[in-house]
Parts: sequence; C-alpha cells; structure tokens
Amino acid sequence: MTAAATKIIQPLPLNFTNTTPRSPDKALFHPLKTTPSSSFPASTHKLRLTKPNSTLARRRSTAVFAVSDVVQEKKPKSNTFHPNLLITKEEGLELYEDMILGRSFEDMCAQMYYRGKMFGFVHLYNGQEAVSTGFIKLLKNEDCIVSTYRDHVHALSKGVPARAVMSELFGKTTGCCRGQGGSMHMFSKEHNVLGGFAFIGEGIPVATGAAFTSKYRREVLKEGDCDHVTLAFFGDGTCNNGQFFECLNMAALWKLPIVFVVENNLWAIGMSHLRATSDPEIWKKGPAFGMPGVHVDGMDVLKVREVAKEAINRARRGEGPTLVECETYRFRGHSLADPDELRDPSEKAHYAARDPITALKKYMVENNLVSEAELKAIEKKIDEVVEEAVEFADISPHPGRSQLLENVFADPRGFGIGPDGKYRCEDPKFTEGTAHV
Amino acid sequence: MWGIIRQKVGAGGFPVPILEQSLPRLRPAVSAWRRYSSAAKEMTVRDALNSALDEEMSADPKVFLMGEEVGEYQGAYKISKGLLEKYGPDRVLDTPITEAGFAGIGVGAAYYGLRPIVEFMTFNFSMQAIDHIINSAAKSNYMSAGQINVPIVFRGPNGAAAGVGAQHSQCYAAWFGACPGLKVLAPYSSEDARGLLKAAIRDPDPVVFLENELLYGESFPISAEALDSSFCLPIGKAKIEREGKDVTITAFSKMVGYALKAAEILAKEGISAERFVTKQVINLRSIRPLDTATINASVRKTNRLVTVEEGFPQHGVGAEICTSVIEESFIYLDAPVERIAGADVPMPYAANLERMAVPQVEDIVCAVKRACYRSVPMTATA
Repeated sequence: MTAAATKIIQPLPLNFTNTTPRSPDKALFHPLKTTPSSSFPASTHKLRLTKPNSTLARRRSTAVFAVSDVVQEKKPKSNTFHPNLLITKEEGLELYEDMILGRSFEDMCAQMYYRGKMFGFVHLYNGQEAVSTGFIKLLKNEDCIVSTYRDHVHALSKGVPARAVMSELFGKTTGCCRGQGGSMHMFSKEHNVLGGFAFIGEGIPVATGAAFTSKYRREVLKEGDCDHVTLAFFGDGTCNNGQFFECLNMAALWKLPIVFVVENNLWAIGMSHLRATSDPEIWKKGPAFGMPGVHVDGMDVLKVREVAKEAINRARRGEGPTLVECETYRFRGHSLADPDELRDPSEKAHYAARDPITALKKYMVENNLVSEAELKAIEKKIDEVVEEAVEFADISPHPGRSQLLENVFADPRGFGIGPDGKYRCEDPKFTEGTAHV
Repeated sequence: MWGIIRQKVGAGGFPVPILEQSLPRLRPAVSAWRRYSSAAKEMTVRDALNSALDEEMSADPKVFLMGEEVGEYQGAYKISKGLLEKYGPDRVLDTPITEAGFAGIGVGAAYYGLRPIVEFMTFNFSMQAIDHIINSAAKSNYMSAGQINVPIVFRGPNGAAAGVGAQHSQCYAAWFGACPGLKVLAPYSSEDARGLLKAAIRDPDPVVFLENELLYGESFPISAEALDSSFCLPIGKAKIEREGKDVTITAFSKMVGYALKAAEILAKEGISAERFVTKQVINLRSIRPLDTATINASVRKTNRLVTVEEGFPQHGVGAEICTSVIEESFIYLDAPVERIAGADVPMPYAANLERMAVPQVEDIVCAVKRACYRSVPMTATA
C-alpha cells in the first residue's frame, strides 16, 4: 500500500466542518469529509423543501471528491500497459463475473418464485451488486460475513455454490442449510457466512462477536497469525436501531477487526430513509463513536473496492473498525411480495442509469482491458451455472420426515460427551455428585 | 369455514334453520328466507380490523396508531389502509425500525394519558420490545399501586405464516399469557376481530392482540349487531363455536378453523360408527384471562378434552388448560387430555417439513379418536 493509504486520520474534534479544505496528506479516509462523485439521491429534492438540515445535503454534494483523485495517484501498476487503472484484467473479469452471477441468480429467483418453486419471503439484491462484489472479493476464506435477509448474493460472493443456495431456496435437503433455513437464513461454516438474519440489526452484534473472536484468538489464545476480519452488511433502516449504536461503541472501544457496511438504498420497505432518520448522513455516526466514517458511491464497484481495501486492511492491522456508507439502490421492490408503489419512477430511472454492471463493463471496454467477446463469454458461462443450479435444485429430494427433529441441538442428549467418546449422561456415576449430607 | 354457519343463535338475532346447516349456502330468492340474507353479510378479518381501528380512532381523539409501514404503505398487511388519509400523520405514525424505542414511546404516552395502538409487523419483532411490554406496561399498575394504568394495545400477526422460516413463525400466546398485568387476546373470525379489538382499545390495561396473517384474507359472516360501532366483545369469555357432547376441543386463532374442519370430518365418519362423535369446539378468544369456567363446564359435560395450539408444546397454552382442568374437574375426565401443539423445533423452511411442524386437521381428528378410544394410541406425526 502507498503512503497515502496508511495515513488514516482519526476522528477529528467536533468543531471541524465540511467546508474546510482537504488535508494535504490526501488520506483516503477523512472522517468528516465525504467522497461522493455522484449527486445525492434524487429524493433529496423533497427533503430540501421541507427539512431544516437541507443545507447540509447541499453542502455535501459540493464537497471535494477525495476518493477518485487519491486512487488515481497511488497505484504503482504492475500492468505496464495501463499504468493508471484501478484493476488488472484478471481482477476485472473476476469482479464482472461475480456481479453477473449475483444479477442472473436473483433474476432467476424471481422467475422461480412466480412459478411457485420458491415461497415465503424472498428479498432480491438487484442493483446492489457492487457493494457485495466490491467488499467480499477482497476477503480470504477465513474472514466472516454477516448479512440480513437480503443475503443470497453475499453468500454467492463469499463462495457458497450457486446450486447450494438455489436448493436452499427451493427447500431441498441439498441446500446449504438442508432446507431448514430458507431465503433469509443462509449459513455456511465452510465459507464463514454467519447468516442470514430476519430481524434487521440482529446480525450486527453477531458480526461484532465474530470480530471479537478473531481478536481474542490473536491475543488470548496467542494465534499470532489470526487477522481475520468480519464484515457486517445491513441497510439504512438498521441505522436507527439501538443494536447498531451499541455495537459501534463496543467495536471502537475494543478496536475490533470489523467493517460495518451500510447498504443505504434509501428505502426500508416503504419507509424512506429521509422520513425515518433525524440525520440521514449515516457515515457521520462513525466519528461520533470514535471510528472513521466514509461515504462511497455504491453503484461503482471500483470505488467501493478501493474504500473496502482500505477499511479491511485497517481492520487487519488491528487499528479498529470502520463505518462505510455505500449509496446504492435496489432495482426491485423490498421483497417479491412488495408492490413497490411508493418509490418515484424518476428516482428508479436515475439509478437504473447507474447500473453497476454496465458501468464496469463500460470501464473495462473503454480502457481496453477486455473485449466484448470475453464479457459475453462470462455472461454465457454464468447463465449455464444458474440454469444448472435450478436443475440441481429441481431434482434434489425434499427433506425426509425424520429431518424435522434434527439439528435442534448440537448435543441432543445434553450434559456433553465424555473423554471416552460416550455420552456423559449415560455414565452411572455422573449425576451422583460428591456432597455428603 | 363450514362450521361457522353453526354459530349459536343470538349473534344477529336471526335463527338459522337446522336444514341449512347441512346445505351449501344458497342465495335465497324467496321472501321467507329474506331474514337469513341480511345475516349473511361477509367481511374479511382484514376489513373487520380496519373498521374497528377506524371507528375507535374517530370516537376518541386520544387513540393513535404507530408502527412500521402503517401510514404511507397502508399497513404491512394492509390492516391500516386508508387511516393515514383520514386521520393524518399526527395520529397514524410511521416509525423507524426500532421496536424497543417506539414500544417504549407508546408506553410512555399511555402513562401520561393517551391511548396508543402499537403495531408490530409480526409478533416476532415484539421480542425486541418485550422489555417494555412486560416491565413498563404490564407491571406498572401494580408497581404504582393503581396510580398509573397503561391503556395500550400491542397488535400484530402472530404464529406461522407460509414458508417464512424460523425467525418469523413463532407463536407468542404462551409467553405473553404467562405475565400478570397483560391481557392477551387471540381472535379467530371477523366478529371476534372487530369486537375484541374494540374492547382492547377501550380497555384501560395493556392488551396484547394476537392476530394471524393467514386469517387476514378469510371471509366470515358478520351480523348487523357486530357491524354497529359500539359493538364490543367481553374480554375473558370464550365462545362455544360448535355444540357437541362427546369431547371438548379448545383452540384459538387459526386452529379454531382447523378444529371446526376436524369436527366436520368426524361428524361424517361418525355415521358409520356406533354412534356420532360430536365435538364441542371452544374458541378461547382470550388467552389471559383464560376462561377456565367455560372450559371446565364443557369438560364436565363431555368428559374428554383435546387442546389445540400452534405454538411450541412445552409450557404452552394447552399445558395450562390441561392443568386447570385437572385441578378443577379431575373426576369428570374419562380419558387423558390430548394436547396438540406445534413441533418442538424452530420452524423449518422446507414446505414439507413446515407442514409437519404445524398441527394439521388430521392430527386433530386422530387426537379426538384417541380421546374417545376410537383408535390405537399412536402419534399422528413423526
């Protein structure tokens, strides 16, 4: 990493305002500065007319653009053909493939739902792929992610096979949770996907706990090389929930290796973020708790990736948590049962024009990183993967009757397993105790 | 739904001829049947709840509604449709997603004189607010020795829906029913929904109102009396949905429908057995206070009891009813009490496992037969 990246400014005193010029260090993370290279969401127009903190929004949209400049300066490129690009060709193809997988998979989910193969609550991730891909593709297998009910694509990006996720959605026994979890509860121990939670905010303490474990292993259990990072993904609605604030406090207090990723898509079912939040700029809540807060354009996977690199490396080095607010948008309704009547069509059009997949494609083709044909080949490959996943899920068996009562406990008989491998409760001497009356 | 027609005479004041009980409902054309046609108005549970909220809000300006998506979204399940337009954003409040916060705010408003209705999108989310429901609302009248009463209603869908997984499917009747200081209601039909919700809103104590998502769209006949704006049902009284003399079945919420269907099946099967097996189906309506008087009177008449509920078996509503009957009517019991409950596992997502985890009509039929010594005592499900 270059010098710029290592200079993280710790949260500044409260009298620092938005309008002072950027520090010459050109640090990537400036807790009270923002990094928007796109305008604030269209719905702010309504905000400006009615709310008192509209001046803040206006000021923010003219703030200095930190990320793109810094990013273009730093990279010593190994790729001599393209000295100023953010990614190599291999990285670009990997990102593209992951985003296409997320998009195709979710579109297939919608089809399967309307055909009756999937049921219950299904929450799709269309439009937000840049956040999942931008962050998760930087992780190792041992790093953990925790998500909400909109978790299919997080699981896919982390490496859970598409066929396992699709089977789980169909309720088949070959699914990643044997059909017992469902759309909202994707777990994978192998890939360190710690869920999948239906209640918003529920995953944040869980993620904080995983980060705590990582630090504990390094410091108490003396596993010196344990630098595993945890990412917690959640939405704008969650940022009004008490658990969020409690965990920001503890993570900063104990310098836990966690990144809090806010996928601010402006809507919590039908509740606009601006109607629910006293101060809608979520990144500002980071410095209030002693950690950097960053805002990034969540429709641009390269920008997300740069911010993610910095945040994840910060956590790995033991410098503590970061709050990253990704401005993103979901193209579909909250769930497949949501009529999606409250969102302004012009707002949807605005974000549809900023589709992260087309943006990445454009970037790579214009910079001659890849040819159209290579991208088409990837799309075709992913189509086949998704089709195969559906076929696999279709032919998989339903769970057997006996599976109903399984997996309630890890140790069903209770009282543990003794050193000789037998259940302790079967040892006749076990419950005798030693007290003599 | 068939069995609904068999409601006791008296709800609308219109006697229903015995013949009609076995005929499909006809749209009568002859004048002699005109009385029946006016009692045949139907209403969905959703509309019943909506009308109850509407009427109570217009009658008392201190009543207000708050919850997630109750305003602009017209209610997550459209129960509060139209209320925002009618009463404005000061009385129909869309809250951020902070159950602990807004339930607490509701309780505080109730302490100080207002009459809030707090909606939980499902009662699973009430777990985030349970501290306020129990500690701030239920216990306050006691702790303040009657000075501070809490006229609040916590309402929302409870129990399993279809395919929504473990964290969205729990039934909270038993948990809330265990707490002194709370009144816990579980309506079944539209009339129950209307009458009990109106009673709950007028009640000076905290009420937990457990609806059921799958019942929202079901239509039930509703009488003219129930449509009157001052119609209220008493809290703490169960309703006998169907008369019978061989076995008592207690149920609440969606399980009442299942119990009535099971009654139908057994009535048909009974024709080929030595005698009819007729079942008295009791719709509990009120979990706390539990109408043990009605239940015991019924058991003393029939001598057999089957309790049906959707929630987990251990420490459930059925367990409480069982014990109450043993305490008060032990010598009247001719057979062990059969307790039907959901499976003792978190709700699985897979459709076939979910079907096994929730009691079905066949399970109730088997339990009744066991209670009547009509079949060998084997469990109906795995």
